[in-house]
Amino acid sequence: MARLARLELSVEEIEPMARELSAVLDHIAKIGELDLAGVPPTSHVVELTGALRADEPRPSLPREVALAQAPAVDQDGFLVPSPQA
Amino acid sequence: MTEYEPVIGLEIHVQLKTMTKMFCGCELSFGEPPNTRTCPVCLGLPGSLPVANSRAVHFGLMIGMALDSELAQRSIFHRKNYFYPDLPKGYQISQYDEPLCSGGRLGEVRIHRVHLEEDAAKLIHVGASGRIHGSDASVVDFNRGGTPLAEIVTEPDLRAPEQASEWLKLLRTTLRQLGVSDVNMEEGSLRCDANISLRPVGTSELGTKTELKNMNSFRFIERGIRAEIARQEAILKAGGKVIAETLHFDPVSGAITTLRSKEEAHDYRYFPEPDLLPVAIDEHMIEAARSALPELPAARAERFQREAGLGVDSAQLLAFKAELGDYFEAALAASVVPTPPPQALANWIAGDLVGRLADGEDPGSSRVEPRALAALVGLVAAKRVSVGAGRQVLDRLVLEGGDPVEIVEHEGLAAMDGADELASIVAAALGANVDAAERVRAGNAKAIGPIVGYVMRETKGRADGGEVARLINEQLGL
Amino acid sequence: MTDILGLSAAQAAAAIEKGDLGAEELFVFYRERARADADANGGGLNCFTWVAEGISDTPLESGPGWSDGDGTAGAGPLAGVPLGVKDLFCTKGVPSQSGSRILEGYRPPYTASAVTALTGAGATLVGKTNQDEFAMGSSTENSAYGPTLNPWDRGRVPGGSSGGSAAAVAAGLAPWALGTDTGGSIRQPAALCGIVGLKPTYGSVSRFGMIAFASSLDQAGPLTRDVTDAALMLRHMVGRDHCDATSLQFPHEIELPSAERLDGIRLGIPEELTGEGIEGGVLDAFKASLARAQELGAQVQNVRLPHAPHALSAYYILAPAEASSNLARFDGVRYGMRAPDATDLLDMYTRTRHDGFGSEVKRRIMLGAYALSSGYYDAYYGRAQRVRTKIAEDFRAAFAEVDLIVTPTSPTVAFRLGEKTQDPWSMYLNDFCTVPMSLAGIPAISIPCGLSEGLPVGLQIAGPAFSENRLLDAAHALERALGFDGSEARA
Repeated sequence: MARLARLELSVEEIEPMARELSAVLDHIAKIGELDLAGVPPTSHVVELTGALRADEPRPSLPREVALAQAPAVDQDGFLVPSPQA
Repeated sequence: MTEYEPVIGLEIHVQLKTMTKMFCGCELSFGEPPNTRTCPVCLGLPGSLPVANSRAVHFGLMIGMALDSELAQRSIFHRKNYFYPDLPKGYQISQYDEPLCSGGRLGEVRIHRVHLEEDAAKLIHVGASGRIHGSDASVVDFNRGGTPLAEIVTEPDLRAPEQASEWLKLLRTTLRQLGVSDVNMEEGSLRCDANISLRPVGTSELGTKTELKNMNSFRFIERGIRAEIARQEAILKAGGKVIAETLHFDPVSGAITTLRSKEEAHDYRYFPEPDLLPVAIDEHMIEAARSALPELPAARAERFQREAGLGVDSAQLLAFKAELGDYFEAALAASVVPTPPPQALANWIAGDLVGRLADGEDPGSSRVEPRALAALVGLVAAKRVSVGAGRQVLDRLVLEGGDPVEIVEHEGLAAMDGADELASIVAAALGANVDAAERVRAGNAKAIGPIVGYVMRETKGRADGGEVARLINEQLGL
Repeated sequence: MTDILGLSAAQAAAAIEKGDLGAEELFVFYRERARADADANGGGLNCFTWVAEGISDTPLESGPGWSDGDGTAGAGPLAGVPLGVKDLFCTKGVPSQSGSRILEGYRPPYTASAVTALTGAGATLVGKTNQDEFAMGSSTENSAYGPTLNPWDRGRVPGGSSGGSAAAVAAGLAPWALGTDTGGSIRQPAALCGIVGLKPTYGSVSRFGMIAFASSLDQAGPLTRDVTDAALMLRHMVGRDHCDATSLQFPHEIELPSAERLDGIRLGIPEELTGEGIEGGVLDAFKASLARAQELGAQVQNVRLPHAPHALSAYYILAPAEASSNLARFDGVRYGMRAPDATDLLDMYTRTRHDGFGSEVKRRIMLGAYALSSGYYDAYYGRAQRVRTKIAEDFRAAFAEVDLIVTPTSPTVAFRLGEKTQDPWSMYLNDFCTVPMSLAGIPAISIPCGLSEGLPVGLQIAGPAFSENRLLDAAHALERALGFDGSEARA
């Protein structure tokens, strides 16, 4: 789970984290007791649909602004270690 | 020995030709300097929110209609979660179980679904190799990030590499005609992955499939699929098992290598995108899409048969290769007396003209104007110019453009006026090729060649080949 | 000499408009108080993560969002009243860190629409307020910048996640403040600090520029001294924003409340949220408030919200799930912290996030990823979505019988620092009265209704979607009758 979330847990952190998560999971698993047959899920509490936007251009950020907060920059782009396969 | 048949499905990504990105108002980039077409949304800055592009939905509906798909009444976006530097939010907004279009068909291939999503950014590798493995750092350019994509997934109905490549060309023609994309593989506006598996002939269960990615031309797709089929066949025939994985085809070496194992496939943890509301496809949107549809290849082919009297094969050829169909119609429209018979015009376009142009070149961008070809075909049909002479005129047109009537006059290529003149040249030809004449008289029809050649030379090709042969035979008493 | 500290935001705006008070004078007054607290080096309440130098620090340019910006600093109906803004609202050029180390010093290139709406109406930015990291928490103890203290008792928490905003208003370091509420993060700190906090109907206020925690639940809202101020702020914040697809046009204007009685108002008391689990002193104050309400003409009756006991579980699946995805963008690539000397990409990702996120955030990210993972989606996320539907149905059914629903806001008064940090679920329980309203997307307000052991108790009033005007009126009437005096915390 930590790997999926790109979180690295140090050795000391794993045990208490696992314990805490376990406890929380026990509580939330209680919803398993409910009879929810035929109940539709709510993904959006707002009942509207649509809210599409017209295909009209808006000004982009100047490059210096886009790069201003970057931890590492090279050749006008964001520099990162290369992905291996 | 078990015979195996390949089962191939395609997954095509099409960059849509909207003005702005899928979820923000940045203009689409065509080679702009890096990171000059970004904003808080497509950079994934904290607090930014997506808003869907209505024209992208419109184009998606048009694609669905062209593919005869069922259009959703309500379609929602989902988040596809994974980490990669070209994915600024750490998730891609895509569609999962409520796509815009389901089912459909194009030619021999059934469509599984069409959905909308956003493109990733570009990762440029610092270091000479230019590939992913072996370089130390990469630079990310977010200009492309957020470009609207339509993903088209087929059913695994294809059975051969050539068939896949041909079908993909049909799809490309269709999409180009819709005007929804540039569909240019070299530029990246059309991308195709193939899913390939083998199964014993006569069975219906699907074998383990692999995914072949990153093939950016029709030829590479064909070769890549062929290579993968061979690879899988070798494994199966040796008694082994094919592993489900994602593969890369190197067109230079012909080698197939693993990109990543599908076993370790990301768990994308799809869930409905809470920042976007469901899209309700109403009558208004459907009507707008329908009225924006141009005539599609199949309908066009039928119309060519019906209105222009073309044979089925000609009609399909011109309809499925849109540039040829466009040229044909332009030529017909520009015809003057003597008007070219449509079938003859079709034959000249598909045969003589295309044969004189570069592979895949659009006749519409050649020097031969449609009006000119129409005139030429008209002249030939009216026998004012022989077929042979006509071809010479076409050579000229291809090189320099111009008006066939002028060229004919200028070069003196008009058909032989008097039958007498031709008759006397034929007589002279017979006199100059006595042996050949004897052989023809003796029944060797093929020997007529040199005699005809003599006449053609003398008449600078203006004589009609059929007429020459007839006169030869007549004068020989045959 | 005007008693500046005694003026509510509405009163200050009126005074400025009349010419009795200068906008600059008012700004400096609060800026000094905020500054003093921030500079107190452990001796203050730690309400602010950043304090303005001057009025010109107020971001004004209309950004991509709300278009009412581009005003003159201090001009408009909110005429120069200084505002505290929760750290997670992007404020152009001003640090916006959402209480996290991973965004330390991050200065966004744009401003949140909710902020632009208020500055465009004249409010000025006095400071960014402290909060639980990424709005995850009920005590502000999860802030990477230290906890905020409760002005009523500095050994206790102010609540969370908008603890900085709540404490600042309660202590008179800002006349009013902007916060966000996902499961109770405006209402609960308001209750613990003895002030007013309102969570509007979901979708009423644009989320563009709010560093996201849980997208389908987050809503911006006011933390104020009184109900009138809350109405005033809300009035200028609601509306459809083209940059937020989930924002909607509020069906009518938000009015400043005037009601003094509750005649004809039916108040519903859900047994699931007003019995077991509520501290004795809180329950006493709650019941006393109900008695007051009846004196004002309200009818009080029981209602049932049968799925409310499961709301907390559903919330602690849905919110972490959305958060696990929303926080994936913090990867060290484009902004914020990046772990130095990363050996490769995976190392960069994991170390950045390990070093940058606190343990509560990590916990929720993992919980969320788990709830969404293949094989578990249906049992967790899928189910929680269905529970959400049921809870919304419960409220709709209840509102067919009553006009408003009333509960205590928090099951306890302010607890001691460190008291609940060992057991996550005990911390989560602070939200059990507020979470159902968040899941249903309906509006709810917390007003101070009394003291228990010298600490404030909050009363929560909830109404159907878009019932803010009626809600504010009822709260106003009760507020008058209850006569809660918060001035002792402002000393």
